[in-house]
Amino acid sequence: MTEPAITEYDAAVVGAGPAGMAAAAVAARAGLKTILLDEQPSPGGQIYRGVIGTPVPRGRILDADYWRGAKLVQEMVSTKATYVAGASVWSLSADREIAFSLGGQARMLRARHVILATGAMERPFPIPGWTLLGVMTAGAAQILLKTGGLVPSGRTVLAGCGPLLWLLASQLLSAGVTVDAVLDTTPRANRRRALRHAFAFFHSPYFRKGLGLLIHVRRRLRVISDVTSLAALGDGRLSEVAWRVGDGPEQRMAADTLLLHQGVIPNMNLAAAAGVEHVWDEAQLCWRPVVDGDGGTALAGIAVAGDGAGIAGAEIAELRGRMAGLAAVAAIGGARDGGMLRDEVDWRQQLAKYQAGRPFLDALYRPAPQFRIPEGDSIVCRCEEVTAAQVRETVGLGVTGPNQMKAFLRCGMGPCQGRLCGLTVTELIADARGRSPAEIGHYRLRPPVKPVTVDELASLPKSEAARGAVVQRSRDLATSRTRATSSGPL
Amino acid sequence: MFRRLPDLVAADAATITVDGRTVTARAGDNVAAALLAAGLDSCRTTPVSGAARAPYCMMGVCFDCLVTIEAQGSRQACLTPVRDGMVVETQQGARKAAVP
Repeated sequence: MTEPAITEYDAAVVGAGPAGMAAAAVAARAGLKTILLDEQPSPGGQIYRGVIGTPVPRGRILDADYWRGAKLVQEMVSTKATYVAGASVWSLSADREIAFSLGGQARMLRARHVILATGAMERPFPIPGWTLLGVMTAGAAQILLKTGGLVPSGRTVLAGCGPLLWLLASQLLSAGVTVDAVLDTTPRANRRRALRHAFAFFHSPYFRKGLGLLIHVRRRLRVISDVTSLAALGDGRLSEVAWRVGDGPEQRMAADTLLLHQGVIPNMNLAAAAGVEHVWDEAQLCWRPVVDGDGGTALAGIAVAGDGAGIAGAEIAELRGRMAGLAAVAAIGGARDGGMLRDEVDWRQQLAKYQAGRPFLDALYRPAPQFRIPEGDSIVCRCEEVTAAQVRETVGLGVTGPNQMKAFLRCGMGPCQGRLCGLTVTELIADARGRSPAEIGHYRLRPPVKPVTVDELASLPKSEAARGAVVQRSRDLATSRTRATSSGPL
Repeated sequence: MFRRLPDLVAADAATITVDGRTVTARAGDNVAAALLAAGLDSCRTTPVSGAARAPYCMMGVCFDCLVTIEAQGSRQACLTPVRDGMVVETQQGARKAAVP
């Protein structure tokens, strides 16, 4: 019986945020047969979420940076790249076979070069009560605004730190929303540490925009700085937010909606499941893939671009996407014209300008340990409702890492596949054992990284490729076991 | 607790049912946004403790917005665009295998 054919592409890009759209556009313009897969119904990733078709009219609420995303979308759709919306990629093999679900059907394709641009997600913020109704991420509120023109009603509190928190505050104010308070958890000590990088930051494109944002927000909002402790209180539903300033006493305020944010982290599940090595980044307090200057990994033909390769914001994501696209062209031998070479010089110059400003932001907004490493009854694993106390208890019993812990607590075995508990568990175990997160390692991630029904799997053509996608190949398994840093001692 | 801004770009209404109740949404909404806009605080209760949950991240990573859509369980509401006539059901506890 002959194997049913799998469509082969020159370049496959996963994720239609700034990095993915830029990579696909560059690859396609150079003549590569390119496909761009994205699970959302329309392009833009999260930062440009809903930019095509947002119900929010152009004007005061969403700024010029957001609308710039529309130009990038136009650029991408004007090329011959095949853009597939609603495609949920659940597997990528080391030899670049991609399995995804589209319209309830599992499909496969093969590519000579794969660029993963799955972007970032919010850092977990495991305060007491973070699972109560009425508590959401700041990003969620932004998405509701951009995709549905929806804003919080009732008493609204923002809490955390980082540029996106201020951006959201500004957007909500512009939309006429009353924000009752911003509880700023930026540690005081960070200001001193960030000072070293201030000069470079002042000269970067971030400075003017950041300053304008802060001025707009702080003048019109109650901002409470140096918040050292936070809790969401209520019976099933949020009713109050409690906090402390410095060493001070607990204060409370009534609230209906609490929006949490303390930075973003790479969305690593697909890259890690494909076998891309990840290392602990102490500056950004997260796992990031090991990549070269163009996003290339140790896996031949597989690159990571954008925030998924390390948090650096939308502008850098787009530039890195273009670099990754160029690298794909160079690897496969597409048509690189003089225009592209000039572009590359320009892109690298822009990249340098933006990158100069990042260390300041990383230092200033480095989240405090008490908000990354919870105590007691605070829920660590939202899916399986495992608490910090339970995690510490199992470390006391001799559990040494996150993968062994799964067997004891089911922590990390819920539907989110460790996305919302991974970092917390690694840092908690590290703290409990007095080791570094790098030594503790992360969850061993395997395909399928997104839900796929048994029906869909059964309906895949019974080819070698399909079998490989469903059951991780022994070759991949052997590689992942010998890699020392991927999962610590386990 | 969410409300629609006034003066949004015009769009068709999309009517879905949630646990048999008619809910009017906008074309282009995802199911999670539609539920929140309709004042539905919670879309499921957890398998472990029965705690009420609602959409948390709106981007497909938290898996708290799981609902049953067109009889298929544990679909991520935030990743599913509404369609006129869509049948949505909230989920209580763990999924049970269908018994013939």
